Amino acid sequence: MAVLVLAEHDNSVLAAATRNTVTAAAQLATGPVHVLVAGQAASAVAAEAARLSGVEKILLADDAAYAYGLAEPLAALLISLAENYDAILAPATTFGKNVLPRAAALLDVAQISDVTAILSPDTFVRPIYAGNALATVQSTDKRKVITVRTTAFAPAADGGAAIIESLSAAIPVPRSQFVGREVTRSERPDLTAARVVVSGGRGLGSKENFLLMEKLADTLGAAIGASRAAVDAGYAPNDAQVGQTGKIVAPDLYIAVGISGAIQHLAGMKDSKVIVAINKDEEAPIFQLADYSLVGDLFVELPKLCALLSGAQG
Amino acid sequence: MKILVAVKRVIDYNVRVRVRADGSGVETANVKFSMNPFDEIALEEAVRLKESGAATEVIAVSIGPVQAQETLRSALAMGADRAILIQTDEAVEPLAVAKLLAAVARRESVELAILGKQAIDDDANQTGQMLAALLDWPQGTFASKLSIENGHAIVTREIDGGLETIRLALPALITTDLRLNTPRYASLPNIMKAKKKPLEVLTQAELGVDITPRLVTLKVEEPPKRKAGVKVADAAQLFDKLKHEAKVI
Ligand SMILES: Cc1cc2nc3c(=O)[nH]c(=O)nc-3n(C[C@H](O)[C@H](O)[C@H](O)COP(=O)(O)OP(=O)(O)OC[C@H]3O[C@@H](n4cnc5c(N)ncnc54)[C@H](O)[C@@H]3O)c2cc1C
Repeated sequence: MAVLVLAEHDNSVLAAATRNTVTAAAQLATGPVHVLVAGQAASAVAAEAARLSGVEKILLADDAAYAYGLAEPLAALLISLAENYDAILAPATTFGKNVLPRAAALLDVAQISDVTAILSPDTFVRPIYAGNALATVQSTDKRKVITVRTTAFAPAADGGAAIIESLSAAIPVPRSQFVGREVTRSERPDLTAARVVVSGGRGLGSKENFLLMEKLADTLGAAIGASRAAVDAGYAPNDAQVGQTGKIVAPDLYIAVGISGAIQHLAGMKDSKVIVAINKDEEAPIFQLADYSLVGDLFVELPKLCALLSGAQG
Repeated sequence: MKILVAVKRVIDYNVRVRVRADGSGVETANVKFSMNPFDEIALEEAVRLKESGAATEVIAVSIGPVQAQETLRSALAMGADRAILIQTDEAVEPLAVAKLLAAVARRESVELAILGKQAIDDDANQTGQMLAALLDWPQGTFASKLSIENGHAIVTREIDGGLETIRLALPALITTDLRLNTPRYASLPNIMKAKKKPLEVLTQAELGVDITPRLVTLKVEEPPKRKAGVKVADAAQLFDKLKHEAKVI
């Protein structure tokens, strides 16, 4: 079985999620694993992908049409390559979720979304109902189209030496046009790959108070997440939302502050190794999941914790 | 411009979903069902476009059992002009849903389709993208802002790195994210009026679409439970536990 992985990148760096997807591809493949890098002036990404262990070949499609990762040209490219592969994989990120179902429909394949385990070449596990149930599904389609939940697969390491093959120019898809991006700038680690995540909820009460989460993150070198309520209220940017309909994280340490623990939030963080919750309501559902439950006022406990972490009280 | 909005009947987001003991699925007896929340957002957006004069008609479409008529009545009460139910008791996969919706979109000559980005039951996040593919339309997924200008849809999308804006030539497909709008509550007079709005019932055969499933669900089980945690008295004890017991800091 030959597997094609659609790489996620920004034309200069390979996104971490691609590495997890390559690991899933290697588990599924009995034949070669190839990685498709479609972008503009993306040869550095292809070179990076070529170093991933377990990858035999990089297909580099370099064209202005692929510069912004729009779904229409990428899906057209994927279907032009599909006949050489038994499975096509992409990370279950906003990028993969946008592109892959479009390609699946064009191939007349029922996509399997958010796969967390590969049991056999046609049988997969995926969460449903906000992770309250796990479904084992068998695909009867000849070709498989799969998005991968990245937290369920380790990142592929370097150590490979794949060959890079260039593909011919794209067919333009003029009805969809990139206008601009407002990228959230941050010096912090990537939320979905961070070792420590600290998330704030409505309990923080204001954007100014949310700076307390910044302090906490500083002391731990953590990424900052948020509940939907905190994002809706403007305390944190949209890409910080953790949950069923936001990002899925599974860090070594997750600290939830002023978050009640609605199932939609738990869906995004319950696979974290160690969960800490700080909440003044001892009935808050987050405490049913937490390894360490601190019932108290966050405005009292958080500054104390920050002080301890930064050794100021030492 | 006609707008198609797809609305799915799902277990209400407040219900604690339970897995059936025999592993065949989740318990659906005696649980509350509602319109998928992302579809409410889709409908609200469509109704606002009509109110602003950008659209002429809003058609709500659902695929599901006879009870999905209730979901469609709520859509009519929120402001859809008419409704179509493609009635089936079978589980219909996203690909088949997209095919059914494509058939309706062609029949009705709609110029915009607005769908929720995901249904909160199967969490698949596929149908909109698939519908766009089948109709060969451009797609604007995970929208947090939408405007229609000179035959184009300008869409701001919530992406992992922040926000992205794209411009799509109509006809086009949009899927909604949470922050696109806050759906209205249907008023009592509108609920009464909705009872008189047209609701057409079709079958997949009438639309000429094969909905045979491609996936076989072998089993549905509960996720592994986490072991119970401990209470800590204060920040100092928490710090101590994290350092010496969990060893994560
Ligand atoms: C379709 C849909 C999708 C959704 N997707 C997501 C998602 O992906 N992610 C997500 O997070 N949510 C999601 N939600 C929303 C979810 O249902 C909850 O509404 C949300 O998670 C609540 O956020 P919160 O815990 O911050 O706020 P609240 O539930 O209001 O909780 C605030 C908490 O702060 C505590 N608190 C207040 N003051 C203090 C203080 N001084 N000290 C300590 N504690 C304090 C309170 O006791 C309370 O427990 C979704 C909802 C829907 C309908």
